[in-house]
Amino acid sequence: MLNSGISVLFEGTNFLRLLEGLFETLRVALIAVVISIVMGIIIGIIRTSKNKLVQIPFRIYLELFRIIPILVWLFVIYYIVPANFGLELSSELVALIVFSLWGAAEISDIVRGAIISLPKHQVESSKALGLGVVQMYRYVLIPQATKRSIPPMINLITRMIKTTALLTMIGFVEVIKVGQQIINVNNLEHPTVSFWIYGFIFFLYFCICFPLSRFSRKLEQKWAT
Amino acid sequence: MTIDWQYFVEVLPHYKTALWLTVKLAAIGILFAIVVGMICSVIQYFKVKVLNQIVQVYLEVARNTPLLIQLFFLYYGLPKIGITLSGELCGIIGLTFLGGSYMAEVFRAGMEAVSKSQIETGKAIGLSNLQLMRYVIIPQAFSYSVPGFGANCIFLIKETSVFSGIAILELTNTTKNLMGIYYKTNEALLMLVIGYLIILLPLTLFLTWLERRVRHAEFGN
Amino acid sequence: MAEQVPILQVKGLVKKYGDKVVLNGVDLQVEKGKVIAILGPSGCGKSTFLRCLNGLEEVQGGDILLENKSLISKTTKWRDVRQKIGMVFQSYDLFPNLTVMENILLSPLKVQKRQREEVEAQAKELLARVGLADRANDYPRQLSGGQKQRIAIVRALCINPDIMLFDEVTASLDPEMVREVLDVIAQLADQGMTMLIVTHEMNFAKLVADEVIFMDKGSIHEKAPAQQFFSNPQTERAQQFLNILQF
Repeated sequence: MLNSGISVLFEGTNFLRLLEGLFETLRVALIAVVISIVMGIIIGIIRTSKNKLVQIPFRIYLELFRIIPILVWLFVIYYIVPANFGLELSSELVALIVFSLWGAAEISDIVRGAIISLPKHQVESSKALGLGVVQMYRYVLIPQATKRSIPPMINLITRMIKTTALLTMIGFVEVIKVGQQIINVNNLEHPTVSFWIYGFIFFLYFCICFPLSRFSRKLEQKWAT
Repeated sequence: MTIDWQYFVEVLPHYKTALWLTVKLAAIGILFAIVVGMICSVIQYFKVKVLNQIVQVYLEVARNTPLLIQLFFLYYGLPKIGITLSGELCGIIGLTFLGGSYMAEVFRAGMEAVSKSQIETGKAIGLSNLQLMRYVIIPQAFSYSVPGFGANCIFLIKETSVFSGIAILELTNTTKNLMGIYYKTNEALLMLVIGYLIILLPLTLFLTWLERRVRHAEFGN
Repeated sequence: MAEQVPILQVKGLVKKYGDKVVLNGVDLQVEKGKVIAILGPSGCGKSTFLRCLNGLEEVQGGDILLENKSLISKTTKWRDVRQKIGMVFQSYDLFPNLTVMENILLSPLKVQKRQREEVEAQAKELLARVGLADRANDYPRQLSGGQKQRIAIVRALCINPDIMLFDEVTASLDPEMVREVLDVIAQLADQGMTMLIVTHEMNFAKLVADEVIFMDKGSIHEKAPAQQFFSNPQTERAQQFLNILQF
């Protein structure tokens, strides 16, 4: 009984199709991560401004993504835009929009935190040593801020990859959707197939996320001061 | 963009039920997650043999897989090998499984933040390990843990939206169903967002306040 | 007059961290009521030595005898020993979650299971003696470093130990607060408390200690009455050490 389910995994092109689904997932995540990092760094630097008119709108933007679940954001963009503006958005585009906005918000907070938490005496000693502003950023502030922000950024990327699982709920064909298709085809013949397919996808996600979170922890320990 | 206000009144009861269910499931899940997290963090803190390794594996698995897949596995996968659980039970188990690992992390970090010299001083005045825990480590670890604990609660409440994948009629799933019936997309999604704000906005504000208060009470400015 | 048995005896104490030898066969006898100052350059093992006497470090060889009973044994209940040997640290470490009074009462009530009224009366008396009677209900964060250290001393005294160990208790204090803490310790010396004091305050050691031991590289290089040690050190290492300190 149990074995019949697992055999489905290796039947025909099933295994390859699942990996292709995973690849789709990762492709979307990767594009979103790149956009997030670029936007996040820019917004993060802007957010170090002490001007309230700058701080408040960005703060609201960040909090909106922290308070409202990502799944809800996916539904909102996926259903609201076509219904009101007559624009058809592909589920992939919706995913990219939501993930990029979310990632940018979180990364901006990481970058901002790293910059403002640099001790003031670092700036003062740089100045005392006669470094110019550019030199101070180049040799002192940016290297330190980078070390502080990279581990949390990797953690965020892990979270974004995990969250791609939700894309199946707006009809994006990724690894879970492929899994469901395989289950639907084989369910009658091999009743235990869903146990194996979902178990396998579970394992796939773990294989991607575990090394990443390990890596971030290693960096954190290495760079801890 | 048009909004049919009459619709709100019509579907309000559905949302009330869904909101209540969301809160209930989240609360139960968080409660169990706290228990699991405490047990795991104590095992890690004292590096209990064997159990420590088991906890380590659990934490990695729980933290590095998506809740949706955990739920699919519980809800659709397990019945095929003879274990059938109701949707709500799967939701609670999933949330506990995920949340326990996050809580463990926060509690352990809180305990480790208590300085070595505080513990030595406790020993030097003759406290037993249990007394050390009760009077020195836990009270201090608690205040270190508050910010992370609050963030975890909010995170776990938001994660209940994923329950919609296994047919639990919480806020998100209810909204999807109502959209399918009435085609009032704007109204339904607005209600959904308001629903989460009703739960999370006061909680966020409360936690910010608590964080500030606890830190002040324990360590001054 | 019969020879009194020393209250504390240390014989050939060895402490290693891995391959690194921190204490290399330390011998010491402490008679009741004596004040011993332990001096030496940083890293000489003097703090480690005190920590061994309180069971905070495992030792790799030698013996420690308290009232002629060995403490180096699997069955030693360090919790009981610590009620006889009090210890105060450089970082004072009052528990920030408890008030001054709660800090002091914790061990007498929970470990020694004594009566609250009796301990409270003792605590109040001790607080008055160190000049902090009015701070009983404050939290540690409301006190200065010197005040915290005086409370830490009271907390250790309230357990009624026979011996007190002081590990560089003034090292992290601002200069103007050092005096108030040393005064408390000098008072204790006058009352006949047996004490081992690791310190960098040479004038204080000269004044309060009956005996000075000078440590370097994990062993005792010189042991002498305080006056003699400071006026006429015998070993070259001790001479160098004292010279460096005289600016």
